[in-house]
Amino acid sequence: MKTDYDVIVVGAGPAGSTAAKFAAEKGISVLMLEKDRDVGYPVRCGEAVSKAGVEEFLTPDPKWISSSIDKFSLISPDHSEVIIGFSDTGYILERRVFDYELARQAAKAGAEVLTRAYVSGLIMDDGQVAGVKYQYRGEEKQLRAKVVIAADGVESRVGRWAGLKTHVDFRDMECCAQVTAANIDVDPNTCYFYFGKDVAPEGYLWVFPKGMGKANIGLGVSGLTGKSCSAISYLNSFMESNFPDAPLLTSIAGGVPCSVTLDRISAPGIMLTGDAARQVNPLSGGGIISGMIGGSIAGRIAAESVMSKKPDHIMTYDKAWNDRLGKRHEIFNRIKNGIYNFSDEKFNSIAHSFLKVPGDKRTLGSLFRTALFNQPSLLLDVAKVFLG
Amino acid sequence: MLLIEILPDKCDFCGCCVGVCPEDAIELKEAEIRIIEDLCTNCSKCVWSCPIETLKFNKKEKMPKAALGGER
Repeated sequence: MKTDYDVIVVGAGPAGSTAAKFAAEKGISVLMLEKDRDVGYPVRCGEAVSKAGVEEFLTPDPKWISSSIDKFSLISPDHSEVIIGFSDTGYILERRVFDYELARQAAKAGAEVLTRAYVSGLIMDDGQVAGVKYQYRGEEKQLRAKVVIAADGVESRVGRWAGLKTHVDFRDMECCAQVTAANIDVDPNTCYFYFGKDVAPEGYLWVFPKGMGKANIGLGVSGLTGKSCSAISYLNSFMESNFPDAPLLTSIAGGVPCSVTLDRISAPGIMLTGDAARQVNPLSGGGIISGMIGGSIAGRIAAESVMSKKPDHIMTYDKAWNDRLGKRHEIFNRIKNGIYNFSDEKFNSIAHSFLKVPGDKRTLGSLFRTALFNQPSLLLDVAKVFLG
Repeated sequence: MLLIEILPDKCDFCGCCVGVCPEDAIELKEAEIRIIEDLCTNCSKCVWSCPIETLKFNKKEKMPKAALGGER
């Protein structure tokens, strides 16, 4: 191990590994530090991704795909079920294998990887980030870097140490609890979404099939909901009513920041990516692909900055991200705020109206148009992100 | 005085509380978590955001003695 790297990536999730790979591919020195003993574990994720999203980066491999998805089933509070079919499929991943593969690819590109390395602070030179302090097996250590890429997930403390404001308003935090259960009798190619104040107020509950009768069953509720009732209590009551005898193979908690991207995701010597930069799609809560896109841009720009010896070049990252996805997430966030407080009656009436739409015209775009028909400004937003 | 208490036996170390903390007052390692008393303002956003009820806001008179002493 060197004492000085071109790029140090903090966090080995999908965003961090993608950033490390894109930087290392250019031939510069890259080190990725992970606080846990394992890459890819524990899995705090529903594991759903779009096929097109994943294929931008990887050739699909059955080793990290649990199931293929071609239908959404949306269930309203009165149990009306709306089914939407897709021509293009999605996947439910096996994240512990998927994340491992992404880290392996970063390593193959030349990045070094170290687990059990907890980053506890930053080295600052004249107000500029110049490296990281970290703890490794009981020892305090430090390493210098020309660029630090913070991919430290929902916590996002590394960016704060560089002076960026990274914390999420608690109302925008989706507080999640999930189980992976066995003996779940659902369609193996359908993602199920449940809505309503008794199920998951200001959020939704998901049942994502993982093959062989297993499923990820989880939900997210806003921190505002959590003031009176926690995610786990909603999940327990759903499981008791719907799958009382299902063996639980995994139980996990997690937080998903569902907001627009941070105002600033770069500062001298540092770039933020993935959940740490708040690059999650705020409407769906999906953050794997958007994190990988953010990571790929961050890794590429970091390498360009190092190779051209232009430290200021990393500041172009904000615009590059906003042009690629950040502005789109602002639209998703407006739609989220438009539907966030829908009552159970509203969800039911949307489902009833939508069930009259002919099957071949049922798309996510037409569903949101039905849901927001009396909010014309949002209809335009829906058209921008779901059509064409 | 620190009025927020983390119940370590219940904690899943997911980082939700850290993400909403406006003061950067929570330190989280792989399976170790603590509130940095000097930074915490007892705002309780971490308590509301915990998905699995690991954090508690204690009214002053109900604080366990050890916590009142600032020791963990």
